[in-house]
Amino acid sequence: MESNGYRWTRKLVGSLSLILVAATVVLGLWITPPDVVQGQLVRLIYVHPPVAWVAYLAYGVTSIASVLYLWKRTRNIKWDLLAASSAEVGVVFTGLTLVTGSIWGKPAWGVWWTWDARLTTTALLFVLYLGYLALRSVPADSHQRAVRSAIAGLIAFIDVPIVHQSVVWWRTLHQSATVLNPSLSPKIHGEMAMTLLLGFISFTFVYAWMLMHRYEIASMQQQVLDAELEQMIQERQREPELEFQRVHVKDGNDQINQPSKV
Amino acid sequence: MQSLVSFKNVIVVSGNFPVLTGLDFEAGPGEIVLVTGRNGAGKTSFLRAVAGLLRITRGSARVLGVDIVANPGDARHRVGLLGHESFLYEDLTARENVNFVLKATRSDPSGADSAMASVGLAGRLADLRVVKMSAGQRKKVALAALLARNPELWLLDEPHASLDSWTREVLDSTVNAKVAAGATVLLVSHEAQHGSLVPTRVVEVGGGKIVGDSLLSEAIVAEETVKPKQESGHVA
Amino acid sequence: MWRDARLIAAKDLKIELRTKVTANQILPFAFVVLIVFAFALDTSPGTLQKVAPGLFWLAVLFSSILSVERTVAIELDDNAGDGLLVYGVDHGGIFLGKVVAVFVQLFLLEVLLLLGVVVLYGSKVGGWPLMLASTFFATLGLSAAGVTYSQLASASRAKQTLVPLLFVPVASPVLLAGTKAWQDALSGTSSIGDPWLRLLIVFAVVYLALGAIFFGSILEG
Repeated sequence: MESNGYRWTRKLVGSLSLILVAATVVLGLWITPPDVVQGQLVRLIYVHPPVAWVAYLAYGVTSIASVLYLWKRTRNIKWDLLAASSAEVGVVFTGLTLVTGSIWGKPAWGVWWTWDARLTTTALLFVLYLGYLALRSVPADSHQRAVRSAIAGLIAFIDVPIVHQSVVWWRTLHQSATVLNPSLSPKIHGEMAMTLLLGFISFTFVYAWMLMHRYEIASMQQQVLDAELEQMIQERQREPELEFQRVHVKDGNDQINQPSKV
Repeated sequence: MQSLVSFKNVIVVSGNFPVLTGLDFEAGPGEIVLVTGRNGAGKTSFLRAVAGLLRITRGSARVLGVDIVANPGDARHRVGLLGHESFLYEDLTARENVNFVLKATRSDPSGADSAMASVGLAGRLADLRVVKMSAGQRKKVALAALLARNPELWLLDEPHASLDSWTREVLDSTVNAKVAAGATVLLVSHEAQHGSLVPTRVVEVGGGKIVGDSLLSEAIVAEETVKPKQESGHVA
Repeated sequence: MWRDARLIAAKDLKIELRTKVTANQILPFAFVVLIVFAFALDTSPGTLQKVAPGLFWLAVLFSSILSVERTVAIELDDNAGDGLLVYGVDHGGIFLGKVVAVFVQLFLLEVLLLLGVVVLYGSKVGGWPLMLASTFFATLGLSAAGVTYSQLASASRAKQTLVPLLFVPVASPVLLAGTKAWQDALSGTSSIGDPWLRLLIVFAVVYLALGAIFFGSILEG
């Protein structure tokens, strides 16, 4: 089990994220005014960019934890668990980014999906890390899995700027003009800026909270695995002894059975 | 005496199963150690760990003076493993396989022909693709590669299985000669008594660790007293 | 390292010459891709010529999945890969050797596939310097990334299904940049200074470096 301090921190982060999200909801839905151009639709700006930011933050954490596992001096299974936990939260938030983007895109652009650079990159990011999680889900030695998924996670992260660059060029170099302007309203009201900032902070707290929960579960699973392994080691060490006993008990049975057979 | 293999409380976990559970073992130059034990006791895993093919999870392990826990790759090329798998490429011929091994290990390439001839892989057989060979012939190819490489530590895992009696004799006498020249042998075999490869020492593996270690003379006595009992156990 | 790379590449290519897996299975498959895409799309010459570069690189991407899976499978028979470790072959050398072997096979496949595109889609070929350079680096990048990912997935029993999922998103910039570079070459709008070519070079260099750094850990892990 994780220490009491860890659990208290987790509860504190959880309470704070609830309060902050509640504040964002109130500010975003009621206090801030609708946008001149976009109307009520602008309210998604308090959700969509913060969610996307959390996805990137999560993958950043996965990459750092992966490096720390791969580097022999800092190698510890905890980094692997952290990398996996963060990637899972990251995939959830990438999914949310795509969904909120689509919800915004339908009324704003008239389509659920457009091959805009940012959307395409995000979609690729989503499948890249789905692949990472798929690799992790394959049963393997915990060390082997940790090394391989750390490398996969790191390579995926390094791929992101290349993917991004290629997709941006794809949309800009070969199209006369971008039909749809991907940026939201360029002018932002004071209250709106505050709410957006609050959105970023609250979703970062939500991320931290989810990560801590997920890590705790992963850590407990690891402890169960470790305990099982210790038990298996002890059982296996006793194998010769048990074998010896089995043989001798059978010998005893033979002596009892044999006369009756004869 | 310098020890060529030194395992202290070695635990190896492979596929989340503890194959070795605190194994202690020492062997010096010129020894032929017979490794016995029941199926699943950990004999093959022990040899694979010495070969540097299994990661040591806990404990300390030195092979040919190299700490294989920290640098698992540094002793490998001086160790020869003849096991259940022969590491051959099925679509290459016997000769190509042996030549590949010699190049990969940076050994003297001139030894290939004589090594192949010594195990009876000459003429047409030498240029036959491995995929068309029988289990025994494959083993001969692997053995030829091993002979040409001339490792310092020989790990023989059931080397006699599927070999004909003539090749067994070749194997035994060649390995004996290498031992006389200072090589060390760890031998897993259920039929070592029948060959001319006479062990100097017998260790018994059980439950992933060494449970018995005796010089040959003592071992024979122990075998003979224990055997009838075990036999009756099996029959029941 | 270079010596070991040469040894591995020569061995893999020799095995290919014997078994002809690429020639008899992967190459025909690439042609099948060209043909079925023509079914799926409009077969009027205008359409096919327009999408020819994209379909070409798609066929190459699919073929490269099979090719990198094959190169790893060679080492799984009879645990030959463990043999390489026992022999003390340099890890970077194994990686480079495999990349070279896959590269050579894919490059030859591409030459034949290009003939197929010309014949089946009626494409006109031109802009040779850019075309050749972009093909070279795109293939190098695909081989490097592919060998790395195929080895990553090799320890799992689910490897055949895992490689496409891991590799295709990573290789998507090559598909994109290869297609665009070819379009630029064919239309004559740009030559060797094409930005897409630069992207392909960056991709190839990055993945060669990553593979050389990590391949040992994957093998030992």
